[in-house]
Amino acid sequence: MDLAEVKRIGALARLDLGEEETAAMSDQLTRILDYVAQLEALDTTGVEPTTHPVTLGEAFRDDAVRPSLPTEAALANAPATDGASFIVPRIL
Amino acid sequence: MEYETVIGLEVHTQLKTKSKIFCGCSTTFGAPPNSHTCPVCLGMPGVLPVLNREVVTCAIKLGLATRCTVNRSSRWARKNYFYPDLPKAYQISQYEAPICEHGYVEADLESGETRRIGLTRIHMEEDAGKNVHGAADDDHSYVDLNRAGVPLLEIVSEPDIRSSEEATAYLKRLRSIVRYLGISDGNMEEGSFRCDANVSIRPMGSDTFGTRAEVKNLNSFRHVAHAIDYEARRQARLLAQGKEVVQETRLWNTAEGKTYSMRSKEEAHDYRYFPDPDLVPLEISEQWIEAVRATLPELPADKEQRFVVEYGLPPQDAATLVASHHLADYFETVAGAVKEAKRAANWVLGELLAVLNKLGISVEESPVEAAALAALIRLIEEETISGKIAKSVFEKMVATGKAPAAIVEEEGLVQVADPEALRPIIQQVFDDNPTQLAQYQAGKTKLMGFFVGQTMRATGGKANPALVNKLLREMLPEPTAPADGG
Ligand SMILES: [Zn+2]
Repeated sequence: MDLAEVKRIGALARLDLGEEETAAMSDQLTRILDYVAQLEALDTTGVEPTTHPVTLGEAFRDDAVRPSLPTEAALANAPATDGASFIVPRIL
Repeated sequence: MEYETVIGLEVHTQLKTKSKIFCGCSTTFGAPPNSHTCPVCLGMPGVLPVLNREVVTCAIKLGLATRCTVNRSSRWARKNYFYPDLPKAYQISQYEAPICEHGYVEADLESGETRRIGLTRIHMEEDAGKNVHGAADDDHSYVDLNRAGVPLLEIVSEPDIRSSEEATAYLKRLRSIVRYLGISDGNMEEGSFRCDANVSIRPMGSDTFGTRAEVKNLNSFRHVAHAIDYEARRQARLLAQGKEVVQETRLWNTAEGKTYSMRSKEEAHDYRYFPDPDLVPLEISEQWIEAVRATLPELPADKEQRFVVEYGLPPQDAATLVASHHLADYFETVAGAVKEAKRAANWVLGELLAVLNKLGISVEESPVEAAALAALIRLIEEETISGKIAKSVFEKMVATGKAPAAIVEEEGLVQVADPEALRPIIQQVFDDNPTQLAQYQAGKTKLMGFFVGQTMRATGGKANPALVNKLLREMLPEPTAPADGG
């Protein structure tokens, strides 16, 4: 994985990577990808891609309202609130 | 060069379930900010979403109603992006394997023509929260996550739409369908039915697509139509200047009637979709699909067709009546209680809709119940009152809520259908208008209308018009000269 791609993925993940970190990530990510790429040696013709180890099929809940958190609890971990809403730097 | 506009619409319709799609929080609108939230819809670490079965049933309903294939197996995907109203930094949606595909909606145009608009797909997803921006001098935004996790269906059309009129017709029909199915309020102004438009142009006759712009922030049918027309003109102007259309997202500005580029400094959207490991693939049994099919109501297109055949209504009238199933039900109640269904349709589409529009209310809130309107129409059919008097009785019904028979009784509006009562009145009209009588006799037979009018006026509009005509023909003198048409 080249430096440009590492930077692009870093930007998408909102990571502020320095030059040194970018180079280190490029090296490490390339090694991880190469390792996983060994699987490509296998012939998977006719094998459905696995997205889940289990296929339960029936994992539903009924459409019933359950109590929500008290607003204070919902906001408890937020860096800034006015007691009702989460406060963030202005978006628009 | 002459261009053709090519439009595809993406509609998000909010489902009327009681609880959110992946947690038990209430979907009720208007609650205090962040009072309908829990660890799941707040995106806390370590929680697991559990799918609301009713959301799937709603999606199957819409899929069947729009002739889609309902996929027996579909998958959940994460759509990754950062925004303050998206607590997990991804939206749970469907990507590669949506629940419904390859359907269509038939929309009626003004011309009476019907256009079939293809549906690429319908998929389920969760809504985001809501950002409220402070006053101009406030450098904060306020986030309310009550809406985060409310279930949505996204309905993606094929680029089959060719004009703003077709777009409006398609949206109205789609909205009627979700309302008939009872799965969504379908209210554009309140945001429970939202639309984005992909608009491009191409030389007339071409079969390749031009570069499209995606227009957002369209919260009424009128805005959708205006934005499409504006985009088509803007793109034609660019091409005429030898410039290129840029593929981008644009925002509709209602006040200015223009679209503006939403230039983002970030790189183009890269949502990095991947299967959501927290949710198992959705398997839908044939029995489930068939059970839902059995609950489908009569849909607008079928109802429209039936109204044309069963009641002999013109297709345009039938289309207007079926736009709302409440209006269609109202009409059928009236039509079932009177002799002529056409007269029922005329009253509903004419007098009733005029009053509802004037009061700005829906038919469910009508001050005149269907049974009362039927009673009024029966008074016309029984010749107790004339059609003209009936209109004034209707106005009084709207104002007072009284029954039509009571109003007719109280105001002495019963039609005069007794020839012996009318003859002296007509004679008085002749006596009062000797000049016109002489002119009539001299051949100016067009004055018949004048005498009808005078007689109706003399009876306060209560005379039976057919009888007045008949009596006048008997009582007027034979014209001596051939009609001069003057
Ligand atoms: Zn919740």
